[in-house]
Amino acid sequence: MSENKIITKDLNLYYGENHALKNINMEIKDKAITAFIGPSGCGKSTFLKTLNRMNDLIDNVRIEGTVLLDGENVYDEKVDTTLLRKKVGMVFQQPNPFPMSIYDNIAYGPRIHGVKSKEQLDEIVERSLKGAAIFDEVKDRLKKSALGLSGGQQQRLCIARALAVEPEVLLMDEPTSALDPISTLKIEDLMGELKEKYTVAVVTHNMQQAARISDYTAFFLVGEVIEYSETDVLFTRPKEKKTEDYITGRFG
Amino acid sequence: MEKISTINGKQKRISDRIWYVLIYASASVSIFLLVGIVGYVFYRGAGVINWNFLTTVPSTIKGNYGIAGNIVNTLYMIFLTLLIATPLGIGAAVYLNEYAKQGRIVRTIEATTEILAGLPSIIFGLFGMVFFGNTLKLGYSILTGALTLTLMVLPLITRNTQEALKTVPDTYRSGALGMGAPKWYMIRTILLPSAMPGIITGVILAIGRIVGESAALLFTAGSGFLLPKLGEYGNGLFQKIFQPGGTLTIELYLSMSKAKYQEAFGIAVVLLVIVFVINIITKYLTKRFDVSAK
Repeated sequence: MSENKIITKDLNLYYGENHALKNINMEIKDKAITAFIGPSGCGKSTFLKTLNRMNDLIDNVRIEGTVLLDGENVYDEKVDTTLLRKKVGMVFQQPNPFPMSIYDNIAYGPRIHGVKSKEQLDEIVERSLKGAAIFDEVKDRLKKSALGLSGGQQQRLCIARALAVEPEVLLMDEPTSALDPISTLKIEDLMGELKEKYTVAVVTHNMQQAARISDYTAFFLVGEVIEYSETDVLFTRPKEKKTEDYITGRFG
Repeated sequence: MEKISTINGKQKRISDRIWYVLIYASASVSIFLLVGIVGYVFYRGAGVINWNFLTTVPSTIKGNYGIAGNIVNTLYMIFLTLLIATPLGIGAAVYLNEYAKQGRIVRTIEATTEILAGLPSIIFGLFGMVFFGNTLKLGYSILTGALTLTLMVLPLITRNTQEALKTVPDTYRSGALGMGAPKWYMIRTILLPSAMPGIITGVILAIGRIVGESAALLFTAGSGFLLPKLGEYGNGLFQKIFQPGGTLTIELYLSMSKAKYQEAFGIAVVLLVIVFVINIITKYLTKRFDVSAK
């Protein structure tokens, strides 16, 4: 068993009156892929966003409990979200490259953190693009707009952009749901490589995907974690009836 | 319904024809009006334009007439008004769209802004004269005029910037913030560049209003027609903003009221050319700064 990177304790989240996450206690392992599955509206994306405080951006959200990242509480008032999000990067459902060149997209994060030297940025851009397995496809057009790339390329660019600040954790919110099957496969392969160096947490609608790529899986239902275990255990010998019903396609 | 035995036999539908003619006619009228007015102004005014007209100022002693002073005043007025109004307008729009909690207050501010944009300009003139001119003791000056015009064009810049900000996808915002970008950094590097075409549109509309305004300027900026003096180290250029200065439109108004129609048409030609050039520059800039182009 590897070490815990993130531990949540009695985590509750409310959208106004709506109790969206209920007493989540979870340990996310370092250098592994943890998948969150469950039907729409079950809170899996919301939970993912609590890990780098992206829920802060939404009005009317109240969060109780703690999220420990390497033992430090993410919700402590001394926490700087810029530093937190450098450590915990994020990839979104819709590929969202910025309307600027491929190079500037990758350099965006490092520049936030004050990297100015061209040599250093050049090096980061190349390393990040290679890390996201897209360097060969774009190396001749780094100065061209990132909006000209295909959807799958854009998503790998967004992964490269997240890698550029050398995060330790990578949160992925349904990263392949807007992509075609071939692009999906490329991203899945990439995720397999990423877990060598990073802690990856991924939300997915696609149970086969969770089964294929993840080491641990958590099953969410109406704001609660019903079952959380090693992926092959959860998919082959689920302990809970609800989990079994869901993974066998009886609802959801 | 009867069964159709053949689809041949093309019919002429009279009502279709009539509508076609009416619509065509409406479109032609607007084009004809524009071409007609521009054509007539050029026909009457082009002959007046010469080097002397464009580069000298009026002098009773020499019996000379020229609009150089007014051209310079117009440029001063555009520059000074935009210098004040653009940062204010963009700042207001960014606040309303990115910082303020959406709700009643924001809606009230938006509605007020729109009403402000629709006020008759003479009211701005009255307010500007009394407040900037008398109370703040700026008198008849380019600065008084520019401050008055700022009130008028602020809504244009604010509203256009705001509309442009609204069209920037939220995924850009969450993307940048998710990378740890501080809010203002995100606004500066992602939102404002994306909104640039809208901001430019607002600025250009503002320039249009500045160039075309007479009622709000007559009693604020006055009708001075002299060129600024260079002065020591170019101080005169700066002091000009505290002196009266009539724009081209004011001068055009004054010529008309003195029944000097030839000169009026000459000025009209210069104004039309300026408006035309501004339009071309806008089109170019909007394209140039369109970051969403692939």
